Amino acid sequence: MHKELWNDAAGGFHPASAPDYLPEQALREVQLRRLRAVVDHAYNNVALFRARMEARDLTPDSIQSLADIAKLPFTVKADLRDTYPSGLFAVPMGDVVRLHASSGTTGKPIVVAYTREDIQVWSEVMARALACYGLHRGDILQNAFGYGLFTGGLGVHYGAETLGATVVPISGGNTDRQLMVIRDFGVSALCCTPSYFAHMLERADELGIDIRASSLRVGVFGAEPWSNAMRHRVEELAGIRAYDVYGLSEIVGPGVASECTEQHGLHLFEDHFYPEIIDPETGEPLPDGEEGELVITTLSKRAMPMIRYRTRDITAIIPERCACGRTLRRMRRIERRSDDMFIIRGVNVFPSQVEAALLAVEGTLPHYQIILTRSGGLDQITVEVEVTAEVFSDKVRALEDVRARLAQSIERILGIRVILRLVEPRTIERSQGKAKRVIDRRHD
Amino acid sequence: MSNQDPDWPSENRIWNHSAETLPREEIEALQLERLRAMVERVAKVPFYRDQFEHAEIGPQSIRSLADLRRLPFTTKDDLRRHQPLGFLAVPRKELARIHGSSGTTGIPTFVAYTAQDLRTWSELCARFLVAGGLRPAHTAQVAFGYGLFTGGFGLHYGIERVGAAVIPTAAGNTRRQIDIMRELTPEVLICTPSYALTIADAARELGIDPATLPMRYGHFGGEPWTEDMRREIEDQLGLQAFNNYGLSEVFGPGVAGECPLHEGMHIQEDHFIVECLDPETLEPVAEGEPGELVITNLTREATPLIRYRTRDIARLYREPCACGRTTMRMSRVTGRTDDMLIIRGVNVFPSQIEEALLRVEGTTPHYLIEVDRPGTLDEVRVKVEMRPEIFSDRMDRMQALCEHISREIQTVAGIRAHVDLVEPRSIERFVGKARRVLDKRRLSD
Amino acid sequence: MKLQQLSLFLENRPGQLGAPLEAIAAEGINILTLSLADTAQFGILRLIVREWEQAKQIFEQGGWVVKQTEVVAVDVLDRPGGLASALAVLEAAELNIEYMYAFSLRRDDKAILIFRFEDPDRAIEVLLENGLHVVETEELMRHVG
Repeated sequence: MHKELWNDAAGGFHPASAPDYLPEQALREVQLRRLRAVVDHAYNNVALFRARMEARDLTPDSIQSLADIAKLPFTVKADLRDTYPSGLFAVPMGDVVRLHASSGTTGKPIVVAYTREDIQVWSEVMARALACYGLHRGDILQNAFGYGLFTGGLGVHYGAETLGATVVPISGGNTDRQLMVIRDFGVSALCCTPSYFAHMLERADELGIDIRASSLRVGVFGAEPWSNAMRHRVEELAGIRAYDVYGLSEIVGPGVASECTEQHGLHLFEDHFYPEIIDPETGEPLPDGEEGELVITTLSKRAMPMIRYRTRDITAIIPERCACGRTLRRMRRIERRSDDMFIIRGVNVFPSQVEAALLAVEGTLPHYQIILTRSGGLDQITVEVEVTAEVFSDKVRALEDVRARLAQSIERILGIRVILRLVEPRTIERSQGKAKRVIDRRHD
Repeated sequence: MSNQDPDWPSENRIWNHSAETLPREEIEALQLERLRAMVERVAKVPFYRDQFEHAEIGPQSIRSLADLRRLPFTTKDDLRRHQPLGFLAVPRKELARIHGSSGTTGIPTFVAYTAQDLRTWSELCARFLVAGGLRPAHTAQVAFGYGLFTGGFGLHYGIERVGAAVIPTAAGNTRRQIDIMRELTPEVLICTPSYALTIADAARELGIDPATLPMRYGHFGGEPWTEDMRREIEDQLGLQAFNNYGLSEVFGPGVAGECPLHEGMHIQEDHFIVECLDPETLEPVAEGEPGELVITNLTREATPLIRYRTRDIARLYREPCACGRTTMRMSRVTGRTDDMLIIRGVNVFPSQIEEALLRVEGTTPHYLIEVDRPGTLDEVRVKVEMRPEIFSDRMDRMQALCEHISREIQTVAGIRAHVDLVEPRSIERFVGKARRVLDKRRLSD
Repeated sequence: MKLQQLSLFLENRPGQLGAPLEAIAAEGINILTLSLADTAQFGILRLIVREWEQAKQIFEQGGWVVKQTEVVAVDVLDRPGGLASALAVLEAAELNIEYMYAFSLRRDDKAILIFRFEDPDRAIEVLLENGLHVVETEELMRHVG
């Protein structure tokens, strides 16, 4: 590594970013080599994958070109749940140095594992994402993503360390303190969910703190969808540039794809994550430029390789080369999904999880409705549950207790606060066929 | 613990053999050399430069370890007065991490780490983790909070350093913690001692015998606890419980930790000099007598502190331990010389509660903080006297008031407190210094 | 047309309710009506008395936190639909009720509804326009006494 490539002060080029600029041919060669290795690794170490390969008369040798990837079976979220906790691990536990978990589609979590090398790759791609925004050694990065089993906090944290930035691991919550740190510490970049940043801006306004006057110049927002309109608004209000970062824990966590300073699509770190776009109905691959479901194959993951993982996120590959010079292909920002999952404060929620929680308390499933609102810039989830004769009591405290137990049951599964309202019977609208379980008023 | 540990031979149970079993005279020689270098380094920090100049002290003044006593003390107030990061001894761009600790007011004090400091911290934690059973093949569940104000990171990196697997569950969502324990079978649990008991309680509620949970070793810290609690944790969870000590001002966890003999915590003397002083006279107490711990950093790069007054009361023991480590040991922390409370691992000063109340218009300065541990978790009730200015005949407004006060307390002090509105003049008035805290927990043997 | 209501802050413990009531009883003050709203920790005692100024003074001297608010009393026929008819009027006018309580009278076939409105003056206007009867203190005394 040439010493002058190290971006000690004035920005520029981080050595980890070299693969961003590989000539296309070289990139495809790296991808094919890694694809063959990861298929071989998964075939030899993951029973489920091997069985699916054998059912199709495939062996690792069936992969001779990148196009051959279409022969391989898909992996879906239910596979992680069905093999919970470690059925998709491809290395012995002794080689695992980290485990993360996220909630599955029902109450049962899904677990993801990392070897030491996997953590290094994750740190590298996240460092490359931060470098995409023009951040470098010496920048102070305030990480307000939640730390814990959620991959957002620790993923960004390790990426920033690899970059050589100073991390303020503030985690989520305590908005006043967040604002104080932004104001007093010369923070250059803030990482959080876009809705939390909107909340911070409102609070700053109440406290008379002008973020524009602070040193903050970059916002790194992810873990939930947000619009360009929102980008323009927060950029204007905070005097920053706001960037999108994409990832999912099944693949690695944050750092699968990232915008660059062009702010036009997210570069996929495709030397480690091979992207395809498929028709979500037929499963057929679609050419670049066409909209469909994003499918990702991890090219270098050891602990838990994912072959053709169906993300359920709808996007399209942008065929043109980016003006920033990176040869990595870009995808459009995610605006919707092919299932009923919604994201609130960075947490993925399936209505089926809420159902499981209500069922656990009441024994039968009451009529309910999930209402998403945004108040003071902060997303809120309200679950309305119709009171049944079984749970009704004339004592306020007894009703309050039912309400609290329902709320706790949901909070335990989702890991976020919910507002639970008991409503009168038959007040939640019934519709023919599929009930409208989720009402999203956040963008009203 | 058996000597036939399958995954690591017993003689390797000391992580850093050369550092932890150094002969006394070599430890002291190393300390002297590092102390001299440190005095030179901190002379860049305006706070120390002024004091050194005033007292005409320089590196040459340190001829023996006894000369440490010529150096000035550093207090929490000094840190607060030089916020943010007035104690920085390296350029800002060399910082890799910033952490904080709560101050006596709503303004926290911040401490910083260079990349080298983070490596040192990992090493310190690796040492006590290994002394307490952690092996490279193990999985450890870290149920400590991660964030600006916690030492959870030190342990996380320490486990990585050893090569074991981390499950970073962080604190909270106890039932999920138990699910994960049962599915991923960690050998080691890391959390506050009271949270360990909460986990045992929650397991029983789920119909699970906590002793059947897979953990064999537990590392507990972040709040004071007792030998009774250790026995309870060990009995209930069926594991061996280890105590460790540290504070973020001087690094975080890793200042000292227990070996399997559980006869005090080994102080990592190649990185810290720990004195035990009479808090009134500031003279050293006799060996084995309780006194205030005063700690000097020997290797910290970013924010090194000289003679930091911890306000923690403990005892020091110099006789060598049968485990083979040659380092000095310290007892549990048995008290404080100030009114700081530790609640669920968070340091809280009554003055912070007062500040929170001041932010809510119309509240009185008459309040009482009641701390209790009804089950296994600390609970705080702040009793606030009702006044006409804040009374409303509407229930929703009254509840909103309680929530408002509670939110301000959370913001300033970082803890969740129950707010009880009480009738005027129902809180006892004191002549002279008011008694603000009623601590009903039993925190010492 | 508005009635003066006194509200007291009480901790929710045994015996807390008796003391303030005894204090005004000792001065011969009769309670026309009262209601109690409570949570696990504290309660709000709301009461209407004729000598409210004197009662307020007694409470204040006794060290209670007391607040005086204006409420509106309406009488309706004590029969099915009586309350509903009054509420329908308020709802149609989009008047926000902060809380209410009610009691029925022994002698007449009337029930008295006590309302706390965000905007009592407008509420009275609406009630009168719709032919409802707003009860004044003296009248309430006659009903109850």
